Amino acid sequence: MFNRIKNRPARTGLFIFSLLLLSLTLGGALAPFDPDVQDAPAESRFEAPSGTHFFGTDQFGRDVFARVLCGGRLSLAISLGVVTLSVLLGSLYGAFAAYIGGLWDFFMMRFVDILLSFPLVFLAVTCMALFGTGITYLILVLALTSWMDIARLVRAEVLSLKNQPFVTRIRASGLGPSATLIRHIVPNTFATVSAFAILRMADIILIESSLSFIGLGVQPPQSSWGGILNDGWPVLAQAWWMSFFPGLAIVISIMSLNLIGSGLGAQREHWL
Amino acid sequence: MTVLKVENLKTYFFDKKQIIKAVDGLTLSVAAGEIVALVGESGSGKSITALSILRLTPPPGRIVSGHIIYKSNNLLEFTERQMRTVRGREIGLVLQDPLSALDPLFKAGEQIAEVFRYHFNMSRRRAKMESLQLMEKVQLPDIERIYNAYPHELSGGLRQRVLIAIALAARPSLLIADEPTTALDATIQKQIIGLLKNLQSEFDLSLLLITHDLGVVSEIADRVYVMNAGQIVESAATEDLFQRPQHQYTKALLDAMPKISAYEQAVQ
Repeated sequence: MFNRIKNRPARTGLFIFSLLLLSLTLGGALAPFDPDVQDAPAESRFEAPSGTHFFGTDQFGRDVFARVLCGGRLSLAISLGVVTLSVLLGSLYGAFAAYIGGLWDFFMMRFVDILLSFPLVFLAVTCMALFGTGITYLILVLALTSWMDIARLVRAEVLSLKNQPFVTRIRASGLGPSATLIRHIVPNTFATVSAFAILRMADIILIESSLSFIGLGVQPPQSSWGGILNDGWPVLAQAWWMSFFPGLAIVISIMSLNLIGSGLGAQREHWL
Repeated sequence: MTVLKVENLKTYFFDKKQIIKAVDGLTLSVAAGEIVALVGESGSGKSITALSILRLTPPPGRIVSGHIIYKSNNLLEFTERQMRTVRGREIGLVLQDPLSALDPLFKAGEQIAEVFRYHFNMSRRRAKMESLQLMEKVQLPDIERIYNAYPHELSGGLRQRVLIAIALAARPSLLIADEPTTALDATIQKQIIGLLKNLQSEFDLSLLLITHDLGVVSEIADRVYVMNAGQIVESAATEDLFQRPQHQYTKALLDAMPKISAYEQAVQ
């Protein structure tokens, strides 16, 4: 598959993101410290980055590198979960609307327009404030607030694929409309949808970080990048490394995902 | 015995402002084992006729009236479910552009096997075996490799053979070929026409060949229908048509063919 990705930015992004994934996976081996233990001696608090603690230590003497790696796993897992759910939901909704067409399609898409008119972050903050926090909630809320434009995208793709000669040919060999839709039309939207989903994953990382930063996302003792960044915020002048490194991790992950997503979107050949 | 009889078929497209009469009172018939050509210029309604016979007219097109009698059943009275047993199984269709008529995400062979699996409930392995056999019959070389190739990895001629195999997989008794050679270059055209002719006798097919290429017609057709503006303007045995065209439009169509004698005159 890698060979089929010819777009240079996409390849660069994929390389950076793979490095990031690799270090997150290795985690403990790279930073042999417990990211959550809080009983460190007083003198090991607020240590500046050094050979032992690459990213320094925080107010409890925890290794920031270990925390960033651990938080990253959470951040990426959450965004992956959200994107998977919203792609599933959005694809089903959009494909169904395009498939039945007519008045149903019209009303289903106007409903999407209504939901889209709320800013995503606002919607998510409101839901989290109303229904409480917690990782499962977080994933559900973010997924339920971000499937709409995937539905629109899939609907548009299905509508244009429906008139492709290969669809006529498949129908002419006897397959029913629903089998044609599921087996042939929907898979043909995957290339476009997955490029979009990768871009969306970057957005979700940012939104999840923002929510965690303001305390509506992942709750302590667990923490994602947003939460770690928040820990360092009050002491930014004394211990810059506490916020700088999680921030950098957010930037790197979002940048690489955007490179992959927009690169794949620009590439016209199939890469799946 | 008549396999297909289309009577007074009208397929109209309903636009917001106007009605476009793509097929307007068309009548034709195809006998068992016969090769019938339907010729006409682009936009004369040939392809819509083919899609109408299979009841696959794209919206906003609709069959307004007429009869499509296939082996003494009127297809226009069939339910959608009944039509699915006709499509592929009774009437096969070969489309014009062999690249866009294949699903880009499926291997060429799998698209043949899919028809076997759908119509005969075959196991995956059995369907693959049958597909490979059929691929041999449409004279594909190197069948194992082509079975596993994606459409974009194949040349136009190979793709068209794959499409013919797909259309023949469920053993239809009537094959409709809609401009099967238009997207191909001259030598491949000749091979595909030869292949269709062979398959017609081997599979005991009736063939309705839709084309604007009179060269192809003179090569294989038994009878010809000339179509213009949604109607049949002339029908005749192939030889008669070329020697004694009756209708003005047919004469114009024949005159539009490049001729070697005209070329020689120009050279002199």
